[in-house]
Amino acid sequence: MANYFLDTPGLKHHLHHPLMKRIVDLKERNYADRDAFDYAPYDYEDAIDSYEKVLEIVGEICDEIIAPNAEGVDHEGPTVKNGRVTYASGTQQNLDAVRKAGLMGIAMPRRYGGLNFPITPYIMAADMVSRADAGFENLWGLQDCVETLYEFGNEDQRQRYIPRVCAGETMSMDLTEPDAGSDLQSVMLKAAYSEKDNCWYLNGVKRFITNGDSDIHLVLARSEEGTRDGRGLSMFIYDKKNGGVDVRRIENKMGIKGSPTCELIFKNAKAELCGERKLGLIKYVMALMNGARLGIMAQAVGLCEAAYREGYAYALERKQFGKAIIEFPAIYEMVALMRAKTDASRATLYETSRFVDIYKALDDIGRERKLEPEERLEMKKYSKLADAFTPLGKGMTTEYANQNAYDAIQIHGGSGFMKDYACERIYRDARITNIYEGTTQLQVVAAIRHVTTGTYLSRIREYEALAYKPELEDLRQKLIEMTSRYDEAVGLVMEPKDNEYLDFHARRLVEAAGHCIMGYLLLQDANKDEENFRRSAEVYINYGQAEVNKIFSYITCFDREDIGYFKM
Amino acid sequence: MSFKIIVLAKQVPDTRNVGKDAMKADGTVNRAALPAIFNPEDLNALEQALRLKDAYPGTTVTLLTMGPKRAAEIIREGLYRGADGGYLLTDRAFAGADTLATSYAIAMAIRKMKDYHLIICGRQAIDGDTAQVGPQVAEKLGLSQITYAEEIRQIKDGKITVKRRLERGVETVEAKLPTVITVNGSAPECRPRNAKYIQKYKHAKTITEKQDAAIDYTDLFSNRPYLDLQEWSVADVSADAAQCGLSGSPTKVKKIENVVFQAKESKTLEPTDYNIDELMKELIVNHTIG
Repeated sequence: MANYFLDTPGLKHHLHHPLMKRIVDLKERNYADRDAFDYAPYDYEDAIDSYEKVLEIVGEICDEIIAPNAEGVDHEGPTVKNGRVTYASGTQQNLDAVRKAGLMGIAMPRRYGGLNFPITPYIMAADMVSRADAGFENLWGLQDCVETLYEFGNEDQRQRYIPRVCAGETMSMDLTEPDAGSDLQSVMLKAAYSEKDNCWYLNGVKRFITNGDSDIHLVLARSEEGTRDGRGLSMFIYDKKNGGVDVRRIENKMGIKGSPTCELIFKNAKAELCGERKLGLIKYVMALMNGARLGIMAQAVGLCEAAYREGYAYALERKQFGKAIIEFPAIYEMVALMRAKTDASRATLYETSRFVDIYKALDDIGRERKLEPEERLEMKKYSKLADAFTPLGKGMTTEYANQNAYDAIQIHGGSGFMKDYACERIYRDARITNIYEGTTQLQVVAAIRHVTTGTYLSRIREYEALAYKPELEDLRQKLIEMTSRYDEAVGLVMEPKDNEYLDFHARRLVEAAGHCIMGYLLLQDANKDEENFRRSAEVYINYGQAEVNKIFSYITCFDREDIGYFKM
Repeated sequence: MSFKIIVLAKQVPDTRNVGKDAMKADGTVNRAALPAIFNPEDLNALEQALRLKDAYPGTTVTLLTMGPKRAAEIIREGLYRGADGGYLLTDRAFAGADTLATSYAIAMAIRKMKDYHLIICGRQAIDGDTAQVGPQVAEKLGLSQITYAEEIRQIKDGKITVKRRLERGVETVEAKLPTVITVNGSAPECRPRNAKYIQKYKHAKTITEKQDAAIDYTDLFSNRPYLDLQEWSVADVSADAAQCGLSGSPTKVKKIENVVFQAKESKTLEPTDYNIDELMKELIVNHTIG
């Protein structure tokens, strides 16, 4: 029997990060709930102990229920009949287990029935669930839609909906339409207010809606007749109990097959406005997407871990030419790099989740009382860092999930191409992560301004200034070199003040920043826990340095006029 | 309509994951090498009790376990899944008990608990595999018993309806309350530990555990009385020490034999459904499997 929490040292390691003290103190309001709720913590240590115990439950369910069901769910998949979705039997078992274990609404306040966990331990659960079955992580992870309902809904809506989610009802976010994918400004689903019935009615079609037959939907719809852009869109809550939304079909996808991706028909579906009119896309969906991107990062990290483990286990067990194939440099290099990318991705995920935790906790306190000036500064700092790290992290980690899945198959050789091993499912499941919630190309668009304004560089300099053990000095020197190459490359690309030229090299620059950041994060991990992270720090920084040099060389050798040759 | 249910549970060495050092040279179980777990069929029993609690609000589930001090973990594991409380029978004088002495001690404890409608336990424990304790407890308390239960269907007008799993089929029986039910491993698995309950009860401790461990939260126990787990000694349950533990156990181990399985004969079959079916029947009949 394994336990996904106990067999992955990185999880406990990040749960004990020094910043967690501040996060938990903020989230628990100095432990004020302890008299009102019998499951509230007494102090910081008690809170961390509770997170560990709950994460152990998650780790056990992942190992004993979700992972063994993954193959069956992948084969069976969900079905649709008379407008309603039926999950695969394994999915249903998984849902029953997480509901009975009380793992829904983890981050919601206790007064609504939640566990009031910070985002970081919640994301750790997502990391494990995804390693067990990335497709199931979608259904379970959609509980973070409730965050948006909590932030922007009114008190009456919070009281009516949040306890239902905490009790196990599922959610979906109905954003995209046949003609509105990456470009959500073109959403056309119509919302019309009826004076007579004192409610809104939704009409139209949504497409590619994950878990589209959920109990509670957040729907982006056009409330302002005659408008055509994002300012005419509002956010609505649709309760399945009211009826009016049918599933027309579910997509036949390459991966995450257990997660139903639905086309929805809204026919006079009764709905209520969430938040203010016209802020649907420009404020609420942006918040929703940021949370969702962090969730996809967690999914990517879980997949990185799963792929690494599959590849490593096979390399140990498979013998060719009289020895285990892990003994060949071509294989052990691959395995070591998979491990390093996994650790680097996880370090980035939790660095980002800590930023999100601090600014969200302060934001929430700001709803109760006026923040002190230093609290406002702190919130601004971490909000900006979260803004910078989310797209960079989502871009890097989801690409690594794909690379690890690819390498896991490569290690399996011909067997990996067969349906007999888990690596082929992981490969198919990973493929969506760098597409949905914004493709890597769109993450670069969001991240590049933090390259040009220096957000990444100043954070990297902060990492550089930390104290490291003397034996890690060589690695730190390499990172200093990498950083100066990155800085120089940014200067070269920005110098001509040519936006197209900047866009052309944007991905390279964001990746170079990513290598420096991931390198430093692993250096910090190795500084604290030599045994578990030194190897990955060495391997990753070696790899990252070569990648940064490659990028630097590409940019310095590139003639700006040559862009013309690329235009098809 | 609500009920008071007692669940009998035992902490056992995990004999399902046996390594090379699981047995000592003298043929006894090396308990140190095996993790202590909640006896699997007792978890099936707990699930049946918790389902009754779900179906009949107000129903309470209380665990009763006998063992060393560390067996308090069994009570906590029950609380994490939805039980309401528990008692640990622990005393040096209980040690070395066979099924007769065990069922005596447990019956005495149940007498002390007085008020109950139903006693549920697993069919047997994976360390001794006797399946005797449940039935003996029923006899000592003068109660009816339903063994091999797979599903408790309902409780109505003071009668409980239970589906039993037998060797060649199932049967559904009815009994008057109070009664003793022993639950089969084919019954539904126990629900997972719950995130809220584990946070609520993680500090629950017996008096001995409190004495042994440094308690960080002094006001915790005074504010939350449900965190006190009860320990009962021989005297607490008014038991006769001569009938407890080793002195109350007529069972003596005469000899222990190490059995090494060896292939003596082999059979080659054509891989047809018929042949496989016949082989399965043969193996079931001669108890090789099942």
